Amino acid sequence: MSTEYEAVIGLEIHVQLSTKTKMFCGCELSFGDDPNVHTCPVCLALPGVLPVPNRTAFEYALRIGAALDCELPAINTFDRKNYFYPDNPKAYQITQAVRPFAVNGKLGAVRIHHAHLEEDAAKTIHTGGAGRIQGSNASEVDFNRGGTPLVEIVTEPDLHSGAQVREWGQLLRATIKQLGVSDVNMEEGSLRCDANVSIRPVGSSELGTKTEMKNMNSFRFIERGIDAEIARQKALVESGQPVVQETLHFDPSTGELHSLRSKEEAHDYRYLPEPDLVPVVPTQAMLDEARNSLPELPAARAARYEEIGVSEQAALLLSFETEWAEYFEGVLAARKGIDPRVAANWVTGEFSAELRRQDDQPLAEAKVEPASLATLIGLVSEKKISHGAGKTVLEEMVASGADPETVVADKGLEQISDSGELEKIVIQAIEENPKPSEQVRSGNEKAIGALVGAVMKATQGRADGGEVNRLLRQHLGL
Amino acid sequence: MIEREQVLHVARLSRLRLSEEEIDTLTGELSSVLDHVDKLAEVDIEGVEPTSHVVPLENVLRDDEPRPSLDREVALSQAPDPHDGAFRVPSPQAEA
Amino acid sequence: MTSLLTASGAETAARITAEEVSATEVLDFWLERVAGDRLNGYLWQADRESARSGVADSDGPLAGVPIAIKDIFCTEGVPTTAASKILGGYVPPYTATSVDHLRTAGMPMLGKTNMDEFAMGSSNENSAFGACLNPWDTSRVPGGSSGGSAAVVAGGLAPWSLGTDTGGSIRQPAGFCGIVGLKPTYGAISRFGMIAFASSLDQCGPLTRDVTDAALLLSALQGRDEMDSTSVGIEGGIETPTAERLDGLTFGVPRDLMREGIEAGVLARFEDTLLRIADLGGEIVDIELPHAEHAISAYYVLAPAEASTNLSRYDGVRYGLRASDEDLLSMYEVTREEGFGPEVKRRIMLGTYALSSGYYDAYYGRAQRVRTRIVEDFDTAFDRVDFVVTPTSPTVAFKLGEKTADPWSMYLSDIFTVPISLAGLPAISIPAGLAEPEGGGPDLPVGFQIAAPAFAEQKLLEASYALEQAIGFDGTLALEGGVE
Repeated sequence: MSTEYEAVIGLEIHVQLSTKTKMFCGCELSFGDDPNVHTCPVCLALPGVLPVPNRTAFEYALRIGAALDCELPAINTFDRKNYFYPDNPKAYQITQAVRPFAVNGKLGAVRIHHAHLEEDAAKTIHTGGAGRIQGSNASEVDFNRGGTPLVEIVTEPDLHSGAQVREWGQLLRATIKQLGVSDVNMEEGSLRCDANVSIRPVGSSELGTKTEMKNMNSFRFIERGIDAEIARQKALVESGQPVVQETLHFDPSTGELHSLRSKEEAHDYRYLPEPDLVPVVPTQAMLDEARNSLPELPAARAARYEEIGVSEQAALLLSFETEWAEYFEGVLAARKGIDPRVAANWVTGEFSAELRRQDDQPLAEAKVEPASLATLIGLVSEKKISHGAGKTVLEEMVASGADPETVVADKGLEQISDSGELEKIVIQAIEENPKPSEQVRSGNEKAIGALVGAVMKATQGRADGGEVNRLLRQHLGL
Repeated sequence: MIEREQVLHVARLSRLRLSEEEIDTLTGELSSVLDHVDKLAEVDIEGVEPTSHVVPLENVLRDDEPRPSLDREVALSQAPDPHDGAFRVPSPQAEA
Repeated sequence: MTSLLTASGAETAARITAEEVSATEVLDFWLERVAGDRLNGYLWQADRESARSGVADSDGPLAGVPIAIKDIFCTEGVPTTAASKILGGYVPPYTATSVDHLRTAGMPMLGKTNMDEFAMGSSNENSAFGACLNPWDTSRVPGGSSGGSAAVVAGGLAPWSLGTDTGGSIRQPAGFCGIVGLKPTYGAISRFGMIAFASSLDQCGPLTRDVTDAALLLSALQGRDEMDSTSVGIEGGIETPTAERLDGLTFGVPRDLMREGIEAGVLARFEDTLLRIADLGGEIVDIELPHAEHAISAYYVLAPAEASTNLSRYDGVRYGLRASDEDLLSMYEVTREEGFGPEVKRRIMLGTYALSSGYYDAYYGRAQRVRTRIVEDFDTAFDRVDFVVTPTSPTVAFKLGEKTADPWSMYLSDIFTVPISLAGLPAISIPAGLAEPEGGGPDLPVGFQIAAPAFAEQKLLEASYALEQAIGFDGTLALEGGVE
């Protein structure tokens, strides 16, 4: 009999803030520029320099703290975290190890242990090319990134699967994006997510030995990597072997896990309070600004949409993208009585698909105004045109920005909903198709399909299917 | 009192490749200094907060406005091994 | 031009303003003296052009009077080594704010003075570029770590100089060399560009012939700097002191701290000075600083700990010495092994140990709390008295090599200066007279230290000025000692 194991996962997420300058000096932030063009004595850690913290970085940090429903403590201090590495020019990183700017929050079902401010390391590229000594391998260091303001968010180990991590990670990303404080782009490195993974028997409250997973640059890879690691740990434990604390990297192309370095030789960071930086005591004004500047965040917005009838899936999609949510609300506002569920499905379904199909048009450049889309949706809801015709009209609207009613008229797509006219056609179809008519009368209801087809042909698809069915059945005596 | 093993450990943390002689000398010297320093244990510090800063300042923050960066040539001018606009360093030794 | 040699900085500035002498004549005079340096006071000497580089055309009260700068201050385009091999040949691309203030005031730079490596030391014997000699007796140390800055002023190689003080490094050498040395309140002067030793203790300050010169320089140096978040400046600024008496002022003497280890001659001059204070109307009061006896221990945990992290950046990556390219670890370890001298290594090791896992609470954490106790002791004392006074150092200048065998005996040289540094308070050392050293020999200067509450520099300067006038110490006695 084997034990059931559950996975316990905690995340450490690094968010690069989109301030104009670095955390402790006035160098501009950059991405993709030539190496070492954004450096100064401070971020190069020349002798004699001192750090001065970026006010906006603090403001952005407090906004993140507020968005994650954290307590924002009265006193913030900084600490030095000591370790030697070429991308760490002072050989210490200035961080907040003792009094971070935010503690005890939550987002969705996951509790936030804390969030703190720190500076990013520089970039080391292992070139493998020769250094000054013949035959030696070399690395090259670019200090442009060094000193970029980072917020590190640490969760409690409240996650239990790769899928859950992916979903929650996407919610976190959407939430922070809407604060306007970071690009949160995993490919560019403005959002990085590391996971601590362990397993334990179901029902146990102790934590198992954890491994750390790093360097995964999409939530889909993280999901797969975590699932692979959970499986690996289960296999180890079930064969009686211990899980060793180490740092791992998941290679998505092979599905393999590689050890990056053993955590056995854990760093002794020798933390001490940063003597060059005095405490930051957020003023009431700063705290109010942080809380009051929050837009409606994804979790709240999705809940609001679901309450008015939008499907869970569409609500989630809309809440993650402010642009789309605003578009959707524009559609609702343009037409009294429009069904939010239907509108949301059109916006997130047909409309978004059509934009993608037509050269991946960005929403901001779309030629279709919300009011126009609302009109189209109304035409379909009121059965003036069929759903299929609606899609045809939409294609034209996306391509040329045409008015839906004009397109319907031009292409002659009005549905025949006039019962009298339709009834005549139905009667005619029954007369012209005696065989299927007879089959239906004798009990084979499936044969009605051929009659429906005949009516549709006669009306060039402009009849409302439901109404056709009703009339056929009426005149066939069903 | 500090043991030789501890001295070796601290030297590694400090990135100092001490000679054998230095390790011996330092073990003695550090032990002697620590004998004096250990007397700090006699001081009553019950309920006393640590002093990290002697100047009573708070909220010294900088506006998020760019300042000119160094010309790259200047930034690299003191580098022991500048290469392709970057600071070249030897790689870590390959794991055994 | 002997009158230029014996004139104070203020006097020379006045002559320039009065057009009795030109700034160029003054500069040339001093550069010639500098060139004859036999004390190893200078690690780098300027010429006319480099002396004036970046110096503004000013007509202020300091304009045209050149100054020597401790080699711990970054000076753009001019070598800055902190007297260490690890920065041999290093040329900074920027200038320290404090030095910038002096350039704005129109003061040319005579050169960069010798010091203990990374400001760690009390004798200037820890310099990678040779010891500096005391102009009063060249077999003796000038003190440290601002040994060069003190020696050049006392030995007629500069009218005044800039130094730094972390545990006594301006005051003690000033005392040993018979000149004035002022450490202002922590935060009075910007630390930007001052190579860091112990961040919560380091302060910049002037070494001068007299108190008036010290006041003049402090006035130009002090101020809040946007590049240093721990800088505040001195509210109200600084004015030239004029006090003639000490009526109504109380001077506290921490007798507990002075029970043993003080040379007879030093104690005698100290007591003489107390009598003079009384003559001037001041009141002498015994006070207690109950935790000051632990100050050296606390200091030799805190300062090395901060130093250990401040010196980690000297790693061979971006500037300075790189002694190995074999692999990353060798680059770090061999560079730092070869680049740092013994005292620096000692303190890095001590500091790293005090911060290391399992030892933080017992050492760094505890020392920070003892520091609080010492701050409280001074708060209590200054409720009763206006100033706290001690001898600057327990001895006169000792012989080269005398204290190098036992680190702790060297550390004890700072027993009176360190408590004040831990509390971040301002203090000045003024010459109290001469005394015979314990082992016999020609008389040597004795320093008298006066400490004041935070940001009370003006009061401190007034009292020091009055006392200085009354003492009437002849500051010219060693001026010929600097040049062959």
